[in-house]
Formats: sequence, C-alpha cells, structure tokens
Amino acid sequence: MTTIDRVVGAGVDRIDGPAKVRGTAPYAYEQDPGEPIAHLAVVQSTVNRGRVTRLDPARAEAMTGVLTVLTPDNAPRLAEGLASDLPVLQSLDVAYQGQVVAAVVAETSEIARAAVGAVLVEYAAEEPDVVLSADRQDLYAPEQVNAGFATDSIIGDVDQALGAAAVTVDATYETPTQHNNPIEMHTSMARWDGDSLTMWDANQGPHTIVNDLAKGFGLDRGQVRVISPYVGGAFGSKAFTHPNQMLAAMAARVVARTVVFELSRQQMFSLVGHRTPTIQRVRLGADADGRLTAISHEVVEHTARIMEFAEQTATPTRLMYAAENRRTTHRLARLDVPPPTIMRAPGETPGMFALESAMDELAAALGMDPIELRIRNEPAQDPERHVPWSSRHLVECLRTGAERFGWAGRDLRPRKRTEGRWLVGTGVASATYPTRRRRAQCRISVDGRGRYTVEIDGSDIGTGAWTALSQIAADALATDLGSIELHIGDSRLPRAGGAGGSTGLASWGSAIVLTARDLRRRLDDEYGGQLPADGVSVDGGVEGEGPHAKTHSMHAFGAHLVEVRVDQDTGEVRVPRATSVYDGGTIVNAKTARSQFLGGFSMGVSMALHEESLIDPRLGHYVNHDLAGYHVATNADIGELDISWLDEPDELANELGLKGIGEIGITGAAAAVANAYWHATGLRVRDLPITPDKYFRELDLA
Amino acid sequence: MREFRYEQAPDAAGAVALLAGAPGGAFLGGGTNLVDLMKLGVATPDVLVDVRELTSREITDLPDGGLRIGAGVPNADLAADRRVRERFPVLSQALLAGASGQLRNRATTGGNLLQRTRCGYFTDVTKPCNKRAPGSGCGALEGVHRNHAILGQTLEGPGTCVATHPSDMAVAMLAVDAVVRVLGPDGERAVPIAELHRLPGDDPSRDTTLRHGELITAIDLPALAFPSRYRKARERASFAFALVSVAAALRVEDGVVRDVRLALGGVAHKPWRVQAAEQALVGGPATEEAFAAAARAELDAATPLRDNRFKVPLARNLVVRTLLDLVEVSR
Ligand SMILES: Cc1cc2nc3c(=O)[nH]c(=O)nc-3n(C[C@H](O)[C@H](O)[C@H](O)COP(=O)(O)OP(=O)(O)OC[C@H]3O[C@@H](n4cnc5c(N)ncnc54)[C@H](O)[C@@H]3O)c2cc1C
Ligand code: SF4
Repeated sequence: MTTIDRVVGAGVDRIDGPAKVRGTAPYAYEQDPGEPIAHLAVVQSTVNRGRVTRLDPARAEAMTGVLTVLTPDNAPRLAEGLASDLPVLQSLDVAYQGQVVAAVVAETSEIARAAVGAVLVEYAAEEPDVVLSADRQDLYAPEQVNAGFATDSIIGDVDQALGAAAVTVDATYETPTQHNNPIEMHTSMARWDGDSLTMWDANQGPHTIVNDLAKGFGLDRGQVRVISPYVGGAFGSKAFTHPNQMLAAMAARVVARTVVFELSRQQMFSLVGHRTPTIQRVRLGADADGRLTAISHEVVEHTARIMEFAEQTATPTRLMYAAENRRTTHRLARLDVPPPTIMRAPGETPGMFALESAMDELAAALGMDPIELRIRNEPAQDPERHVPWSSRHLVECLRTGAERFGWAGRDLRPRKRTEGRWLVGTGVASATYPTRRRRAQCRISVDGRGRYTVEIDGSDIGTGAWTALSQIAADALATDLGSIELHIGDSRLPRAGGAGGSTGLASWGSAIVLTARDLRRRLDDEYGGQLPADGVSVDGGVEGEGPHAKTHSMHAFGAHLVEVRVDQDTGEVRVPRATSVYDGGTIVNAKTARSQFLGGFSMGVSMALHEESLIDPRLGHYVNHDLAGYHVATNADIGELDISWLDEPDELANELGLKGIGEIGITGAAAAVANAYWHATGLRVRDLPITPDKYFRELDLA
Repeated sequence: MREFRYEQAPDAAGAVALLAGAPGGAFLGGGTNLVDLMKLGVATPDVLVDVRELTSREITDLPDGGLRIGAGVPNADLAADRRVRERFPVLSQALLAGASGQLRNRATTGGNLLQRTRCGYFTDVTKPCNKRAPGSGCGALEGVHRNHAILGQTLEGPGTCVATHPSDMAVAMLAVDAVVRVLGPDGERAVPIAELHRLPGDDPSRDTTLRHGELITAIDLPALAFPSRYRKARERASFAFALVSVAAALRVEDGVVRDVRLALGGVAHKPWRVQAAEQALVGGPATEEAFAAAARAELDAATPLRDNRFKVPLARNLVVRTLLDLVEVSR
C-alpha cells in the first residue's frame, strides 16, 4: 500500500454532482420498480378536531382509472403502538386539520387527484384551539425535552440576583410557526413481494423508516427494505416516519402493485411536521462591568394533541455564558395542530434568537460593545454541567469575525448611519450547536486488486455525505478516492443512525475510520500486509457517544456579523453582507462544508425576515400554505457572505476531531440580523419575522 | 382538478366562436395562473381554448408615438422591448418587479391583466370565499389579511370582499391610460383600462367588466411624453407580490406640476388610480409637502383592516418618494 496525501479537508467536488446535474441520479419518485406504478392521493380533514360522521367514496370509486379508495372502514389494520399520526386511517377521529381521512389509488396522479374531490366527507367538529399564548392556563411541563434534555434547570437564586443586579434586561421574544420546505417533497414508492416490502423513499435514515413499517405491518425488520440513495433536502422533516410511508405501503398491499405517493407542496404544510412557535421571556442581570450574575430563559411552545414534541429551545442558554444564578424552563400547550417536529437546529435556532437578542439589549443598556460583553462572560467550563470543554473557541470566532468584517470603530448608538434612503446598521451574535456521536455499524471489504467497498446506512440529504465519507474512507484506508466504492442510503447496509443532529460524519465517519483501522490491522497481522486474492471483509463501528462525552462538554461555536439596511420609506430590509466564523473542528470537505454554513446562515436570514406560517385562529389552518405565500429568502435576499473557520480539530470529540456543521450556521443568525436591524433603525422587533408592517408598527404609524 | 378539453382555433375570431359555444370554458394564455388554479380546483373550466399562439406577439408603433401590444406578447419580451423601456419605463419596471424570469417568459400580456387575486382563502376550496363561492362568506375579513385591500372593499353583506388585484403590469398600464382592445361574439370594442377591472361591489366573483367569451387582442398605450417610474414594496427582494406599489409619471416645469399620473397597486380589488391626488397636484408646487398632502387627500378615505393599517403610511411614503425621484430625473 502506498501512502498518499490526505484528502480529508480538500474541497473535493461532489462525486454525485454530475449525475444530479444530468438528472440521472434517481430520487424516490424516479425509481423504476419494473412494473406500472399506481398513484396515491389523499383526502385531508378540513377541521382540526372532531370526528368523521360520513365518508362516502362511491363517486370516486366509480371513476375510470380509480383502483381503490382507502378509508378507515376498509384500510388494512396496523399494529397498535405506532407513534404520532402514523396510525393512518385507523379511526374516524380527527386531531388536526390536514389529517388523512381517505386515500385514492388510481392509474395516474391526475385521476387520483380528481377522485379526491369526489369523496364525500362530513364531520362533527369542535372549535379549533390553535393559538399559543403565555397566559394559557393549560401550559404544562413535559417530562423532558427533545434529545433527552431536562425540562428545567435551576441553579442559584435568579430572582434575588436579578433584584440585586446593576443592569437588567427583561424581554419577551417570539418566533412563529415555520415549515420545512426542502425542494423535494416527501415521496414514498412501495412494492410488496409476498410478505416482503420494498420502499423507495425520501428520508434522512432508512433504518428509522424500516422500524416503523415493520412495527405497523407486523413484519420482521428483515422483511422491509428502504432504499434512499438520493434525497432532495430534508432539514428534519424527513428524519422520522410520516403518514406518507404508511399510506404507500398500505395501498400497495391492497392493490397488489407498486404505489407511489408524492406530497404536493401544499401538503408539506400539514403532513410532515413544522417548527413550533415560541414565546420566550429572557431576563439577564449584570454588574456595572457587564459580568452576568443571572440568566433566566423561560420558553412557552406548542405540541400536538396526539403526540408530544418538546423543542429544546432554552438548552443553548445552559452553556453559552457564565453566571452564578441560572434558570431555564420549557412549558407546552397541547393544541389542535399537526405534530411538530425537528427543523434545522431544533432548540438552538429559536433559543439563540432570544438569548443573543437579549445579550444585544444588555450591551446597549450597559453602553458596551456587544462583542466585548460576550467575551467578558466567556465561561471557563460548562457553567451547568461543571465539566471542561472538549474545545471552545467562541472568543476567537468573535475576534476573527470582527477583524474580517471591519467591526472596529463601530458607533454603539443606533440609527446613526444612512446611505441615501437606507438606514444602515451592523449586528453580531454567537452560534452554537452540540457535538454528538451516535451508534453506527459499517462493513469494509477489499478485493484482490485494492478496490475497497464501504457499506454503511448513512444518508446524503444534499449535504455532501457521499463525497465526505469517501474522503474519510480514502484517508483511513490510505488509498485514493478512486479506489473507494461507497454504498449508503439502503437499510440492507450495516445499520446506522440517520442524518440528523449534525451527527452524520461524527458517527458514520468514526465507524469508517475504526473499521478501516481494523481491516488494515488484519491485513498486516494475517496477510503480512498483502492483499489476499479473494479479498477480505471486516465489520465494525462505534457504539454511540465517545469516551469523553461524559467528562467533557462538546459543542461547535461560531460568530455572525451582519450588515443590515432598512429602507426608511418602506421598512424593507436587506442584508448586503455578513461574516461568519466557525469553530467546527476538523472540516472534512472545504467545499461542501462551506455550502452547509452558507445554507444554514441563509436559512437564518430567511427566518429573521421572511418565514412565518400564518394560522387562521377561527378556521384553524395555515393560510399561506404554498411557496408563493410562505416566503423563504430568494437569491436576491442574500448578499455577500464571508464564511471561514478556525483550523482547530477537537481531539476529544471523535475519531476525526470534527464537531458537526449541518446546523450551526442557522443558530444565532436571526439574532445577528435583528440586532443589526436595531442598530440601523433604533427599533427592536422581538417577534420574527421582521416584515415591513412591523417597521410601521414600531414607529406607531400602524 | 377536473377533466377538460383542450382546443385550438385557426384565428382569434375562431377562438371567440369556440368559447361562445362553451359557457364553462376559458381562454388559456401562458397558463401560469389558470393552470395553478385548475390544479387547486379553484378554476374548473371544461374547455380550454389556447390563445397564446394566436393572439399577436408583436409590439407595433402607433401614429401618435404610442404602442400597440399584442395580447400574446410574453411579459419578458414586453419588459425588454427598447421602445417600452425608453417611452414607458414605468411599464418595463413594473413587469421586471413581478414574478420570476421563468414565469415572465411564459406569461402573456392578456393573461397578466386577468390574473386572479392571491387571497389565501380564494385559493383554498375548503375555505369560505365570496369571490370563489358566492355567499360562503369572506374568510379574509376577520382572518389572515395583512396583504389585503385598504380602499374600495366591500366590508359587509353577501358581497364582502377585501382582496387585491395582484398584477404589477396593470398598475403601470392604468397610470398611462392604456386602452384594452377586445374581440367578443358581438364584435370589437375598446375598453379604457380604468373600466376593465372593477371593485367587488355586491358581486366579488367578477374581477372585470369583460363578458364571457371576450378575448383581449391587444393593449394600446397612448404616447407618454414625460418621465415615469414604478416602485414596489414587498416582503422579500424578489418573487413576491406587492405590499403596495406605485406607478407614476410626472411633468414638472419651473417647479410646478404640469401633469401627473398616479396609480397604486396592492391596495384595492383593482389597480387604483389616485385621482384626488392628481387633481390636487396639478398647477401646484412640486415639493415634498405638496406630494404628502396630495397622498393624504387620497388615503384619508382608506378603510384598512385589523392587520393592514401599515399600508396607509407605506402608500403615502411610496407616493411621495416616487414623485420626488421623478422631480430629480426631470431636472
Ligand atoms: C409564484 C408566482 C409569483 C408571481 N408573482 C407576480 C408578481 O410579483 N407580480 C405580478 O404582477 N404577477 C405575478 N405572478 C402572476 C403572473 O404575472 C401571472 O400568472 C401571469 O401574468 C398570467 O399570465 P398567463 O398568460 O400565464 O395567464 P393564464 O394563466 O393563461 O390566464 C390568466 C387568465 O386570463 C385569461 N386569459 C388569458 N389570455 C387571455 C386573453 N387574451 N383574453 C382574455 N382572457 C385571457 C385566462 O382565461 C385566465 O382567466 C406570479 C405568478 C406566480 C405563479
Ligand atoms: S377577500 Fe375576497 S377573495 Fe379573499 S376570501 Fe374574501 S371574498 Fe374571497
């Protein structure tokens, strides 16, 4: 074996790029099952809460080309114990608007959709209860919040410390309901061969989907195969099983042929989750020098009547800054809404908006530079777990960012700069995201000619995992990229967790490194360093968190510095430039990593200025349920982004020293924009998004 | 979506004849609005008569220096035409401020004029909407209506509707007094654009004064001899409908307003000609104060809804700023 230069770190072009550009990379909808495909379309509830009192499919069934109409009356029974809204068509009860109450299977998608309109449904409905407020009497404390965090954390005496503080901030921030809208809508294509189920599906981890399908249909996991080599974005909405997979499998069983179900864009707003709205009260107390004495972060958010999802919104506040007295809490209201789910950096995204906005308000109250305020409150160790950091370079990110952005000499006072009719301001915020590792198994084989096959059920949801994992494998096997054949996105492959929690490369990459080490050791020990003619295959992996996870606090960090312009006549907001600097540990692929940072930050700008699902409190539905009404940032909304990272591998985090970078870019980004908006206008908009109407509201003109 | 027949005709008269015999049918332009509405079940024509290729795709000079625009001219071509850019910058700017490049390539001039409101209750067949389902109520009145009308709405009764007309192009055309040429079963007629779109009155189901089967064949723009401009405020930098937009043309001599044309978009069920302000301005000084007073004269009549009061100061600011910009270019 020859030693070659490391490819980890290089900005290698995506190995799946050419196929995607040419349209030859098969996404779920484009898979060929080898037989004519039937199409499924759904009838959705138009009420939020109640019961179907009449369901008459006769007219739809009579239409030419309709194969069957599934209803709670005739749909296959699913096993008990499925979570959330997975027991599709198992009862006549309705728990949210958009819930599937019937499904049409037809020869074409056009016929299926036409037949949906011919199914007669009547409901006995109650008034929808969909409005979140902090004064609701029914708020409750969940047992824990998402990702296994404690619901509350209380250290010291916050109220007493606030009372004694020289300077305080007490502000309430709100973020609206947001909907994940990856380009590819959720798509599931199901085919049964006897009692074996194959599903081509858009998801973030085939094994997760297999578990629910096996459970629901009473099968062994080995009887279900989920294949997902290419996925057109997900952002969390494809992490868990949703009704689409259950329905496709049910329908294929009933009509005894392959069935595909592709959601419409409108259905993305009811069937595959959303980010809860949040109401967050943050109180900070500091001495006259800006040293925090108290931090309180109390979160109110919603969950669905039929399942609990508690976003871990206040968790970043548990580690960002030093202070003796601390309190974080989460309270939920159960509303008649579809089940919420994870959306890029659940917890950190809304939570860091509130915390980092409050830090800016504190800096203003102190008359202090907001970067200096953050540096002054840098904790020497994890302030709540009381363990050392595996590595933490937030201060370096802030300082490097300040230099690259040209922060020095900034006037602390708001509304001091204009250019033409633009009010110009700058703002800063920190970013953070946990570093974790999950269980992952892997198989590496080598043939007699030195070609390596790496098999692991990882997922590339557009992130670049195909390429980054190949790079990791090439280095670990001391070979070149061309000698690696990677297989991911198939539940037949060795089991691994899905793409989520920014754990992909930490988990799959570590599994590959360790298995490669094993393989090389075996070649050395058993074959004297030679490749045996008929090859060798080795199974390996990682069990979960690494040995230092208990003894150290592991997080990625970052800093965003943003310029904002606000048109004084219209309140329109532009972000002409921004600098972000990250402490993300080892960067495996400079090109795809930059794309992740860039995409994350852009999504944060989008959150700050545009994204908002508007619910009608009387009719209970999301009114702007398409991409003409639900605005995400366009290219024209994103200015020059200066993205860089510190070269600081985290030796304790995992085999590769990487921290996970898929989500950190969005965290803090909305706060940086909102803080710059304040600096430009003197107006503090605490409820996102910062749309032009709020400019007039804050000026008391509307 | 329901089944429909797709028809082509040899010429405009043939298309009109086809539709005259099909009371449930519709003309198809670029389809960028109609086909979307068909997929949603909002529009349910049983026959589509394709007029995209058969209405003129030409822009021709009129003797007075004006232009005749064929109804089939794509929005992108209209925006890019040199004569339009030189003589009617307000129109070119309005088109470029709308939709996206792909949509503008596909959309036609006739179809753009007749695109339907973006009200979220109108486009959702499971929700009440007097425009789509007369008598079912107006979902937006007490619902989500941040981007709805502030002028000329019907606020009570079975005709209640607070929707806006979404077209940018139509606002510019209104400001320059365009004339819409129509071919119907009874022959040709010319409709001043101010009389094309209507307020909801007691029948919000009708957006315009056109009768079934009337085909827009062309739009005439009378010559415009002074500077014009379009300004659109929106919630993102591109690909969003107007919160409020203003189309303006202004002739100033020695600091005095000699002629002014003003129209607002995003404020009413139709593009809104700002007549009170125009009258107040002519003969007066071209100053910020005068512009602001004129805008106020018009907007005093506004009846904003719970969540769209911001449109009143926004419209005022846009009028003042756009007129001041035009004073600048007139120097
Ligand atoms: C996502 C999105 C964003 C958009 N943003 C904007 C925007 O910011 N600003 C803006 O102004 N527009 C915007 N549009 C709307 C776009 O401008 C219109 O869809 C387009 O102009 C319609 O033209 P068309 O030729 O495709 O019309 P069609 O969809 O073909 O027809 C529209 C209507 O006109 C009728 N019709 C068509 N041609 C004729 C004719 N010659 N005579 C009589 N009737 C006729 C049809 O029967 C139909 O009722 C947007 C559209 C989309 C989808
Ligand atoms: S505003 Fe008009 S279009 Fe919208 S719901 Fe009311 S009636 Fe329908």
